[in-house]
Amino acid sequence: MADENWNPKIIAIICNWCSYAGADLAGGARIQYPPDIRAIRVMCTGRVDPLFIMKAFQDGADGMLISGCHFGDCHYLEGNYKCAKRMFLVKNVLKNIGLNDKRLRMTFVSASEGAKWGMVMEDVVKTVKELGPSPLSEYQK
Amino acid sequence: MAEAKEQPRIGVFICHCGTNIAGSLSIEEVKEYAMTLPGVVAAEEYQYMCSTPGQSLIADAIAEHKLNGVVVAACSPRLHEPTFRTATQEGGLNKFRFEMANIRDQNSWVHMHDWEGATSKAKDQVRIAVAKARLLEDLEPKSVPVEHAALVLGAGVGGMQAALDLASAGIKTYLVDKDPTVGGRMSQLDKTFPTLDCSQCILTPKMVDVGRHPNIELRTFTEVENVEGYIGNFTITLRKKARGVLSPAEAEERGIVGGGCNGCGDCSEVCPVIKPNPFELGMAPRKAIYIYHPQVNPLLYTIDFDSCVKCGLCVTACGEEKKAIDLDMVDTFEQVKVGTCILAIGYDLIPIEEKTEWGYKRYDNVITGLEFERLICASGPTGGKLIRPSDGQIPKKIGFVLCAGSRDNTGGVAKPYCSRFCCMYSLKHAHQIMEKIPGAVPYIFYMDIRSFGKMYEEFYYRIQNEGAKFIRGRVANILEDPSSKNLTVFTEDTLLGRPLSLEMDMVVLAAAIQPKPEAERIRQMFGVSKSQDGWLLEAHPKLNPCGTTTAGIYLAGVCQGPKDIPDTVAQAEGAASAASIPIHTGEVQLEPYFAQCVDELCAGCGMCVNLCPYGALALVEKNGRTVMEVTEAKCKGCGTCGGFCPGGAIKMQHFTSPQICAQIDAFLLEGGEQ
Repeated sequence: MADENWNPKIIAIICNWCSYAGADLAGGARIQYPPDIRAIRVMCTGRVDPLFIMKAFQDGADGMLISGCHFGDCHYLEGNYKCAKRMFLVKNVLKNIGLNDKRLRMTFVSASEGAKWGMVMEDVVKTVKELGPSPLSEYQK
Repeated sequence: MAEAKEQPRIGVFICHCGTNIAGSLSIEEVKEYAMTLPGVVAAEEYQYMCSTPGQSLIADAIAEHKLNGVVVAACSPRLHEPTFRTATQEGGLNKFRFEMANIRDQNSWVHMHDWEGATSKAKDQVRIAVAKARLLEDLEPKSVPVEHAALVLGAGVGGMQAALDLASAGIKTYLVDKDPTVGGRMSQLDKTFPTLDCSQCILTPKMVDVGRHPNIELRTFTEVENVEGYIGNFTITLRKKARGVLSPAEAEERGIVGGGCNGCGDCSEVCPVIKPNPFELGMAPRKAIYIYHPQVNPLLYTIDFDSCVKCGLCVTACGEEKKAIDLDMVDTFEQVKVGTCILAIGYDLIPIEEKTEWGYKRYDNVITGLEFERLICASGPTGGKLIRPSDGQIPKKIGFVLCAGSRDNTGGVAKPYCSRFCCMYSLKHAHQIMEKIPGAVPYIFYMDIRSFGKMYEEFYYRIQNEGAKFIRGRVANILEDPSSKNLTVFTEDTLLGRPLSLEMDMVVLAAAIQPKPEAERIRQMFGVSKSQDGWLLEAHPKLNPCGTTTAGIYLAGVCQGPKDIPDTVAQAEGAASAASIPIHTGEVQLEPYFAQCVDELCAGCGMCVNLCPYGALALVEKNGRTVMEVTEAKCKGCGTCGGFCPGGAIKMQHFTSPQICAQIDAFLLEGGEQ
């Protein structure tokens, strides 16, 4: 367990149409959550190359979140399905290189779910804090 | 293109947004930090970056510092990206040389009590944005022509209004409804509040107009089967359900001159099948060949093939001259090309019988507000005579249960929202019974009376003065006397603070409303999101209530959220205006986020071709090699291909792999320089 003051480095790649809008809605509603996550906007989670995830962990990310639309709601019909399929692959790779696959999470937050975005933020930070710093981030130093 | 690598010259512009941002994090620190980032040659702060002086600040700085990239740290790109892109362009740069750091919606507003955390996050966000800005490239938006036609789905009062507006603006409009007639919910109503206009009387002129407007193509008894394309160029497949009856035009196509249905009704008279009429909510019969009501448009009979026994009596009755009936008719499909679409698909009542405490469908004399409308309507099943379903007697004491399933957090079928028109129609019902039945007393059980519209509050006072009894309290339970079928309503009068039980002859439930079951399929076809409560989601609740996040799709009426007739008509007119803009402009600009194939890297494996949901990719022979080629007109820029390409051969413009990797590096490796 990491110490209280440790701030994990978590990167989120989120889709423009659902999760990014949901995150904006959380802002409008002034829903407060921990400031440890940095979001990168893409048009669709289908854009998420598994290599982006590997790159982030290689760079020492303690956790990573991919968030898109609910199934059936994808602005581009099925990008989120394709991303979700890749998640299984990437989680397997992470396990095989000795990383806890809980460090990578995919969630589905719609444009109207600001409160849910806040909850996801809380939970991701909590999970990663429990796991402690990534072994790869130690290696980075 | 191997261009001479230009040195990045980035300007960072930080917005205070009054105290929205400046109140929660240190602008000064972020600005100082930005100046230390590689490639940044200027950093400015301003109270309101989106204001005219703020925008000129950006444009001037581009010239002064010879910037080739602009980063604005402010609100969300979903709000102000267009504004700052324009400012970037005014400064003489390509407008895609702009990147936004969302330090308001996703920082200062959500970390209001963590000054250090928010400031540190803002620095990271600026660093990430600068990393992307260093790699941005000039792009040109693609202009596409817009089809000079529109489609309106749903021909209730909202859909009809939208279609009439579009058509009157010179746009060919397809008005589609799944029912055999136009009219929708409003045609089921008797009177409208607060003016007490006859609902049909004010609606039928519109119903007639949509039928004869030269620019409206009416498609009743038709559903949308498939939607393809994008703003300006939607291809919509319509399923014309088998009606079993030919219109005069269709008859002529088949060579039956002067034939087709003329609405005489001879067929219906001889039809031996009797079914409940859904228009009358099952309270009146209809035949297997039917019309909903005498004012239908188009005036064509329709066969319900689920109940038709194909005896052929109607064919004989129709006769050799008209030859309007075809019992072997099948569904047909039609493709229409339109530039924009309006969804006006309306609502349903919740299945209020699942709130078992009120006994709907168990007790004969508990009815819904909509059933009341039909019972009190002169063209309804009882000819406008309000009677008790149990014994046909005229009720004297009638209870109205407001918020029946609305503003109710108990779960199940109950809805947390206000359905917005139940208070007013219940007041109207109270007025109607006092007007029609001498000595009748309405008892209105309410939480609050929400009479918020123009002349609504005055109407409320009028009903009070007419003698309606108002009891503030939710109805806990209703019990039926099995012999008299009278109902005892149990509630608490919260103004007197004591429990109350009252015997009623009849109870009307002002049932909550909910989206139609088919709304889910429709919204997924059109790419429209839904709100938490299931209604279709508008692009912005305040500033874009008619638009959706899918360009070219607009919303009208209750499908976007509960509203009464004036609001529906107003929104329909707004949606029609919005939908006509791209059509009259004649072209729309699409964001140039297309996929591009880097031929040297492409191995021609074709994995991407199957991944593309739009069929935009294909393998072609180029210089003796098989490579992928993108049809830009079909590509919507999702990047699903780019996220998968094993060779990294697909370049997603404005979201390239080097740009995203630079963002990841910038956050995690601080420096970000590769």
